[in-house]
Amino acid sequence: MSAILDVSDLRCSIAGQPVVESVTFSVPATGITAVLGRNGVGKTSTLRGILGLIHRRGEVRLAGERIDALPTHRIVQRGVGYVPEDREVFAKLTVAENLALAERQRNPRREFVAELFPDLVNRRDQMAGTLSGGQQQMVSVARALMNDNQLLLVDEPTKGLAPKIVTEVADALEEAAKTVPILLVEQNLEVVKRLAHDAIVIDSGRVVHVGPAREILDDEDLTQRLLGVHAERQADAGTAPSSEAHS
Amino acid sequence: MSIRRYWPALVGVGLVIFMAVLPLLNISIPGILPTPTYQPGTLALLSLCMVFASLALSYNLLLGTSGMLSFGHALYFGAGAYGLGIALEHFGVPLFPGVFVALIGGMIIAFVTGAVAMRVSGIPFAMVTLAFAQAGSVLVRRNSAITGGEEGLSLNTEQVPDFLVGVINTRNLYWFALAVLVIVYLVTLWVDTSRLGHLARATRENEQRVRVLGLRPYRVRLIVFVIAAVLASLAGVAYMLLQSGTVPRSVSADLTITVLVMVVLGGVGFRWGAIVGGVLYTLLDQRLTVLAGSEAIASLPDFLRIPLSEPLFLLGALFIIVVMFLPGGIAGTIDGWWRRRHGERHVRDSLRSIDDAEADADAVGASEVRA
Amino acid sequence: MSTIILTLVTGVGLGALYFLVASGLSLIYGLMHVLNFAHGAFLTLSAFLGWMVAQALGTESWWSFLVSILVGAAVGAVFATLTELVLIRPLYERHIEQVLVTVGLSFAAVALFEGVWGTDAIPISGPPWLKETTEILGARIPNVYWILMLAAGLVLAALVLFLKKTRYGMIIRAGVENRSMVTALGIDVRRSFTLVFAIGGAAAGIGGVLAMHYSTFVSAHLGSTLLIFAFIVTVVGGLGSLTGAAVASVLVAVLQQFANFYLGGTGDFIVVILLAVVLLVRPSGLLGRKA
Repeated sequence: MSAILDVSDLRCSIAGQPVVESVTFSVPATGITAVLGRNGVGKTSTLRGILGLIHRRGEVRLAGERIDALPTHRIVQRGVGYVPEDREVFAKLTVAENLALAERQRNPRREFVAELFPDLVNRRDQMAGTLSGGQQQMVSVARALMNDNQLLLVDEPTKGLAPKIVTEVADALEEAAKTVPILLVEQNLEVVKRLAHDAIVIDSGRVVHVGPAREILDDEDLTQRLLGVHAERQADAGTAPSSEAHS
Repeated sequence: MSIRRYWPALVGVGLVIFMAVLPLLNISIPGILPTPTYQPGTLALLSLCMVFASLALSYNLLLGTSGMLSFGHALYFGAGAYGLGIALEHFGVPLFPGVFVALIGGMIIAFVTGAVAMRVSGIPFAMVTLAFAQAGSVLVRRNSAITGGEEGLSLNTEQVPDFLVGVINTRNLYWFALAVLVIVYLVTLWVDTSRLGHLARATRENEQRVRVLGLRPYRVRLIVFVIAAVLASLAGVAYMLLQSGTVPRSVSADLTITVLVMVVLGGVGFRWGAIVGGVLYTLLDQRLTVLAGSEAIASLPDFLRIPLSEPLFLLGALFIIVVMFLPGGIAGTIDGWWRRRHGERHVRDSLRSIDDAEADADAVGASEVRA
Repeated sequence: MSTIILTLVTGVGLGALYFLVASGLSLIYGLMHVLNFAHGAFLTLSAFLGWMVAQALGTESWWSFLVSILVGAAVGAVFATLTELVLIRPLYERHIEQVLVTVGLSFAAVALFEGVWGTDAIPISGPPWLKETTEILGARIPNVYWILMLAAGLVLAALVLFLKKTRYGMIIRAGVENRSMVTALGIDVRRSFTLVFAIGGAAAGIGGVLAMHYSTFVSAHLGSTLLIFAFIVTVVGGLGSLTGAAVASVLVAVLQQFANFYLGGTGDFIVVILLAVVLLVRPSGLLGRKA
């Protein structure tokens, strides 16, 4: 199975400060691949670097073609959907407008999105800024599903959400993954266990481990060592993982 | 080896000596200088060049060293000029105390306005400084009793020692202007090379880092701001003496933009660039009108003649070209060429670094929210 | 009582003029983070060319008045578009240089205008009705103010319609909020930049022609004096907020008129103080987002 995304020696910086030292990995063309790591190791920056939203160097190939020199909008136009950390919905636009803005093709997948997120259909004329966190997250995910993409980059979609909503988001992602591969940054290990096939672990701006997600998460010591969190303790807590586990 | 270290200083001293004896020499540069160098016409022109070079140097301290884009710097220049005029005219003090009063006045105004303006940064900071200069301009125009209003304030020569008054003494005024330029240069040199300058540059590049180190960017910037303002006031004082009067324009945003043009043309971040910019600008501004009246230009078709007769148009166009293609200005371009010849990879570009710092401050601020 | 009405109405009228100039500035800054110093030059050129057209068609007729306004809008739009394409776009993301380039342009443009049309103010005239007054509650309001209010109202309505009902309007509204996310949706924001400049230029052009009738003369410096007030309005109202610019325009102008009338001509000064106060207390302006 060839990879949909090949990242080779990607180096990213913000304000002249390096945030990603060098990462190399490949994302398979089906299923969900998780990106794991403690806070601040460079997971979000890796995604942003792939998209060209921050300063980056190195090689990035989408379906074999290099995209590391392209501006962000061109990369996205090639079929990359993005669900950013903190959702970034346009507060002063309505739900419908937020979704319409994302439409890139002649026949966007409106029915698909409507089926997946019936609540949003009811709220189409509501200002996105007045939505709850969970609802905004739905908008953010829905935006990425509007088009036929080759790959979705999803960054911490369950952050700060109540458990019921976490499940809904996970359901939506699972459904989406049936047709498009997803690179998922996620701190909630239960969600990762449920959704992800493979996992890439990052530490201090570098890839330190690659392997099946189950293998890592079922091994307590490994999980503790790589992520600094006890998978079981997290499950007990029942809510989204506390980031104070490790600074 | 040691000669190479000192040769900029030697060149500088040599230049100062050359400039000092210039009024005693008979050098003619037709076209550029109106008269041979020992005559008042050229000396007055060169004095004006030096006053504006001083002003440009003071502005470079703000923009180049500290990365602060101010649109109100002329306020302090005008404060110096008007300050001297008011002190002499309305308080009847003799010259040197008057100069002192003007400088203190400039310093106080700078401290107050700077402290207020510095609560914001970037474009809002530029707007506040613009607003203050505008307020100053309005104040000056309105209070004609004190400032002479629209007509301006002329120098009360009773209080000025004889050797500085009158066309015959243009030479002395020239030397005064030269002294001012040397003082301003030495002060900016001192600031640049001192710890203060070092901190100011660090603040320009990355405010976060400075703060993280436990230092206070606000204080550093305010000190540099006030120093730059006092230097501008000194230039204003020289201007007042030279022109025997001043007009509301010397406080206006117009003048600040003029200085901005000088510094950018000359090269942001380079002291000698600021001097070159100031001199070049003044020369062009004063002499181009004469050139434009000449036969060659007057006979051109309108669409060529009109732009070429307006020195400000040429300067504005030149400015645009410099900003777009040679952001280092004259000094920056030459310096870059020089460094490349000597194998240095890292080339200074002060404007770009202000840009980057601003953009990255946004990005860092945004990612802080995320973290 | 009648003086209060007069001050109030003329304040709103003047605010209308400020809005015409500030609307473009606000959108341009909100979307592109560029402080466009050349906006005044757009205004001035539109006024000059509008005047020349009006003269050709006969200055007294309403028809020529209308045409001169349309010409002003067109000239402003074209000048602004060219500026964006030639000077701003190549300096993508380098905001300080972009601001400087607009400064240089305004510098050069004013000098060029002086060269072409001379340094003296040229008196202009329009339809005679403009010089007459209409009485409202005992106050005699010069009619030019009604035209200003009408024009600003129409422009505001057109802008709001554009922003709310068109895709480009939507892109601009989103871009003012979060430009990078817009690119992350696959949209090329640069086209919106040019569009926003063109719209701003057109509004400024209309403002220029009307400013000329308001002050009854046209000169190379017409734009510069107005620009400072437009900046103040833009910052007070909130960079990027159209409604903010509208509210601030009226607020600033009314304040200015009252200060001029009741506080001995200190209108200019008071406005500047207002700017400083707003900037210190609420740097993002009355209705703006974080700049």
